Order: sequence, then structure tokens, then C-alpha cells
Amino acid sequence: MAKSTSGLSRKRMGEMYRTMLRIRRFEETADDMYMAGKVVGGVHVSIGQEACSAGVCAALREDDAVLTTHRGHGHSIAKGTRLPEMLAELMGKVTGLCRSKGGSMHIADVSKGHYGAHSIVGANMPMAAGIGLAYQLEGKDRVAVVFFGDGASNNGAFHEAMNLCAIWKLPVVFFCENNQYAVSVPAEYSTSVDDISVRSKGYDAPGLTVDGMDVAAVYEASREAVAHARRGLGPSLVEAKTYRFFGHSRGDPHYGMYRTKEEWEGWKGRDPLIVCEKMLKMTAKQKKAHADAVETEIREAIEFAENSPEPEESVALEDIFA
Amino acid sequence: MPELTYVEALNQALHEEMARDEKVFLMGEDVAFDYFGVCSGLADRFGRDRVRDTPICELGFTGAGVGAAMAGYRPIVDLRFMDFTTYALDPIVNQAAKLRYMLGGQLSVPMVARIPSGAGLQYGATHGQSLEAWFMQVPGLKVLYPSCAPDAKGLLKAAVRDDNPVMFIEHRLLYAQKTKQIVPEGDHTAPIGVADVKRAGADATIVGIGYQMGHCLEAAEALAGEGIECEVIDPRSLSPLDVETITASVRKTSRCVIVEEGHLRSGVGAEISAAIQEAVFEYLDAPIGRVAALMAPIPVQTKLEKFVLPSTEKVIAAVRKTLGVSA
Ligand SMILES: Cc1ncc(C[n+]2csc(CCOP(=O)(O)OP(=O)(O)O)c2C)c(N)n1
Ligand SMILES: [Mg+2]
Repeated sequence: MAKSTSGLSRKRMGEMYRTMLRIRRFEETADDMYMAGKVVGGVHVSIGQEACSAGVCAALREDDAVLTTHRGHGHSIAKGTRLPEMLAELMGKVTGLCRSKGGSMHIADVSKGHYGAHSIVGANMPMAAGIGLAYQLEGKDRVAVVFFGDGASNNGAFHEAMNLCAIWKLPVVFFCENNQYAVSVPAEYSTSVDDISVRSKGYDAPGLTVDGMDVAAVYEASREAVAHARRGLGPSLVEAKTYRFFGHSRGDPHYGMYRTKEEWEGWKGRDPLIVCEKMLKMTAKQKKAHADAVETEIREAIEFAENSPEPEESVALEDIFA
Repeated sequence: MPELTYVEALNQALHEEMARDEKVFLMGEDVAFDYFGVCSGLADRFGRDRVRDTPICELGFTGAGVGAAMAGYRPIVDLRFMDFTTYALDPIVNQAAKLRYMLGGQLSVPMVARIPSGAGLQYGATHGQSLEAWFMQVPGLKVLYPSCAPDAKGLLKAAVRDDNPVMFIEHRLLYAQKTKQIVPEGDHTAPIGVADVKRAGADATIVGIGYQMGHCLEAAEALAGEGIECEVIDPRSLSPLDVETITASVRKTSRCVIVEEGHLRSGVGAEISAAIQEAVFEYLDAPIGRVAALMAPIPVQTKLEKFVLPSTEKVIAAVRKTLGVSA
């Protein structure tokens, strides 16, 4: 498993830390809002997996694309999605990114190159191939990254999309967040290989497994995969070993049902925020400065979302056809 | 004006639309080789990038079509057999149809899925279905099904230009037809959502879907010999459906038979029949008749296949029944 080489600038590391903290605080807020009955629909938080979102998106340009999953807040935020509009979407407000019709599982901000969270497991991968195809036909050097889970890597859509990208040399990075479980089913049981990244061999594409709790390692692997795609050499498969600290979705305990307390505590000790703080040898003052800035942003997002109106019923019949 | 077969009309539409807009491209299995004649000359003229053979992965390439459409292209995916859309239902039903809506209007999905359908060639239950009614159930999809060469060209061009996902249904027996029809040259598009009256008459209305239009027109011709004048309507567009043209005819005739190749239960005819009774119940003098495939998978054996499918004779019988006349 690839570790970071510590060759990154403090500035870059600091930016990724900030992104991770924004994700953490946004998702904690979303969870609070959910508990307070203010969220419409399901919420799947990625707390514990923030290094994946921050590390990958730091390797992207603004005009690159991401596609994500039901667990997509982190990727959205790291790609530049606006927090107030995102929280408003979760809370069923008409000012939400999707005018309240997508919810947490379909967050998108196309203007930021975010082509959507897709809640049908696996579905985003053929679409990523198509976006990559559009970029290739256009003759531009843009790249599409598709995020998916260990569970999704067992779906036919993954394999069909990998093959298409490989035979056409499409500029797509397949980024698998192996958080060890698909709902309650362990990857160890459901997946034929120990390292999902070896599946790239079947498509003659590069594959790499990285420590998903180390944002620098994720960034370095992503930078390479993105550069490979940008040079017209086709897809790569990057697997990050990671863990979600929360249950699969709300109502699912952190441990006790299908994960042991020991396992959970083991991973919790490798919290990507703490790992990053240590790498940066952050002082309490530095941490507070980050925390204060993020708190202000979160407060503004809450204020915006709380004060936004619900949609009129007529909105239900809009945006069906162009 | 030139006379073209159904296949030539489709081919001409593809040539013209690909020449008109470089964002239009075609992909599917064997499209460069051109299995049915519809894609004739396209690969040579536009190159393999825009006339793109795919591996056998209906989910993969249809999903890729959705992605390319999201990113500003106008893909046409060729699904080859309607039966194979089962593998592509996720990108069609869950993605193409709903993305614009779920994303609050942030993008649109201008993709055409060309779907050759239908039985009559003894290909059996997995290569002969007519599943158009499935797609009518899905908000966000347009469903077109031309029955003749001019509509084939006009509607395919309109489909490519439409900013929404369009299921464009063709029929393999129409591919085999050698009869030529006058097709307007150049920029001829047919309007989406407008039915066409193929034959005028005052005694009964026949609504015929896709390939079944041929049986309907034959039936109308035969019945005219007995003094029964049928008005024959081709919806052409199943979604959106031009209810008005149909109900205007029923107001005049008070009797209606709907003919489709899909299976009877919850079929296209069920929907049209419901729409008619909602709008003009008081004008009806008899129950609405339906001719459709019997509720059996499509068998291979010629005699059995014929038994299951609609035919000119079945249409004639249904019209007689609605008029209360015996043969
Ligand atoms: C096609 C499909 N099947 C099943 C589900 C239900 N489901 C939602 S998330 C999920 C688990 C996905 O696991 P994984 O890909 O590892 O992602 P993770 O939840 O761990 O982030 C399942 C089974 C779904 N949304 N779509
Ligand atoms: Mg998982």
C-alpha cells in the first residue's frame, strides 16, 4: 500500500486539511440537522473518508469533472460545491442546488464540474466514460474522476466502463474508496481480490492501492493517475483503503452490528484529520484558526438554508423536459 | 421528390444530421459494419470516432451515451434489438430520464436511443419483443415510433435535434420492406407529439402503432370494399401522445380499435383507451377494441408466432365487432 513521500508543500497540505475540515464539519452539521428532523430524505456521511475527497480533488483543475455516489458530500465540497446551497438542498429548500428535487443522494453543481451524485450503485461509471469520451472528442485535455465504493467494484457497470475507457484510452480516473463494507457486507467476503486495484490488470490499466487515511498519499496517487489520463494514456484505477466512522446511513450504529468496537477504534485512531495535523506538526493556534474559519462558513450555510423557503408545489412539474 | 425505403430514409436522416452538427455521433455494436443498412456509408464518411463500434456492453455504452450528452454531445446509441434494452434500462430509466429533474434543471440529456424492435422473423421470445409501453411509463422520456419512410426520416431528425432523451423505435420488418415512399428532401423534420391521419373515414377509428400501421391500412382497405370507412391514425409519437387528434376522430366515428404489437396488458392500447374514455366517453357507441400480442412470449415456430401476433384479419375482426357487424 502506497504511503506519502512527504514531498508536498505545507501550503498544499494546509489547503487539503482545510478541505477535510470543511467536509467533516459540514457532515456533522448535516447529521445534527437530520437528528433535528430538518433533513428531507436519506443522508450517508463520509466522515473518516475525507482524505479521499480532499486528496483527489486537489489534483484536479476546475474544468475537470467529478461524479460521485450516495456518499458524495465530501467529493462535492472538495470540487468546489457551494455549502449554503448544498445544505439547503438537504433541507428541502427551493434554493438548493437541485431545487430540492435531488436531495443528498443527487447533489450536483455542474458549473463547478460536479456532474452529480448518483445513487444507483455503479451507474456513475459508464457516465464518467461518456464524459471522458466527450472530452476526448473535443480534443481538450480535461479529465473525469469517478468515485465509487468497494461494493460498486463488484457491479457490471464498473467492468463495462473500465473496458470502454481502456480500449478508447479515455481520460477517466476510477477512484475506489474501499471503506471495507457495502452496507453490512464486508469487502473481504464480497470481493474476489484483497486489493481492488488489481482489477485494473484485467483492463491493462495502471492500478494502485493507497492509504486512504493519509491525504498526501491520496494526492500523490491521484496526481499521477490524473496526469496519465491528461496525457491521453487512458484510465487508471486507484483504490484507497479507508473507513467510515459512522454507520452506512442514519440509524445504523457506528459499531456493534457488523463491525466490532476494536476494529472501529483501530481505524478511528487513524483519523485523516489527526494524521494530517501530525504531518503538519500543527500548533493549537493553527488548528483554531482553521476551525474558526470553517465555523463561520458553516454558520452562514445554516443561516442561508434555514431562512430559505420551501418550493411551491408547481416546482414538482418543472425541469422534466428541456 | 425522391422515393425512399424505410431504411434509406433512416440512413438519409443520419447522414444529414451528422453532417449538420459535429456534436452528433453514433455508437453501438457493429454500427460501422452496418448490419441492417441503416448506417450505410456513415463510417466511411464520418470516421470511426463518430461512427463508433462498441463492445457488447449495452449498459456501458448507453451509460456512456448519457455521460456524453451531459457533457454537451448529441449521441445516438444503437441498441440493435429492443430486447437488449433490458441491460440498458438503468442508464435510460434511472439516469437519462431523470437527471435533468434530479439536478434541478442544471443540465439536459440530448441522447437518442435507436431501438429496432418487433417480431415476425421467427427470432423468438428474446429477439422479437415490442416493449414501447414500458418507456411510456417514464416521465422525462420521449418515445417515437415511425411507421413509414417519411416519418422515419422526419422524426429521426427531430429526435436528434431534441434536447431530451428520445427512444426512437424502429421495426425490423419495416427494414425488409422494399416499397418506396416519397420523402421530402433536405431539412424535413416531423413534429414530435403530433399524430398523423393516414386515411380518412367516418365509420370507425383505427389507431395503429408502428409496424402495425400496415395491417391497419390493409384492414381499412378491405373494409372499404364492404362499405365500412375507417379513419386510420398513427400517433407516431407515443410520448408525448397527441390525444386530441385521436379523440377528434372518435368524436366523429364513435368507435375505435387500437392496434399494437406489444402485449395486451398495460399496453399502449390500454393507455390510449383510457385517454379516449376520459375525454369523449359520451361519444362512444361501443367498447373500445384492442388488438395486441397475446399474453405469451413470442414463439419461434411460424404458425405459433402468427397466432400470437396481430394481423390484418384480427384488425378486420375487431372493427367488425365494434360496429356489431358479422363477416
Ligand atoms: C443498484 C443498487 N443496488 C443497491 C443499492 C442499495 N445500496 C445503497 S449504498 C449500498 C452500498 C454500497 O457500498 P459501496 O459501494 O461500498 O459504497 P459505500 O456505501 O461503502 O460508500 C447499497 C447496497 C443501490 N443504491 N443501488
Ligand atoms: Mg463501501
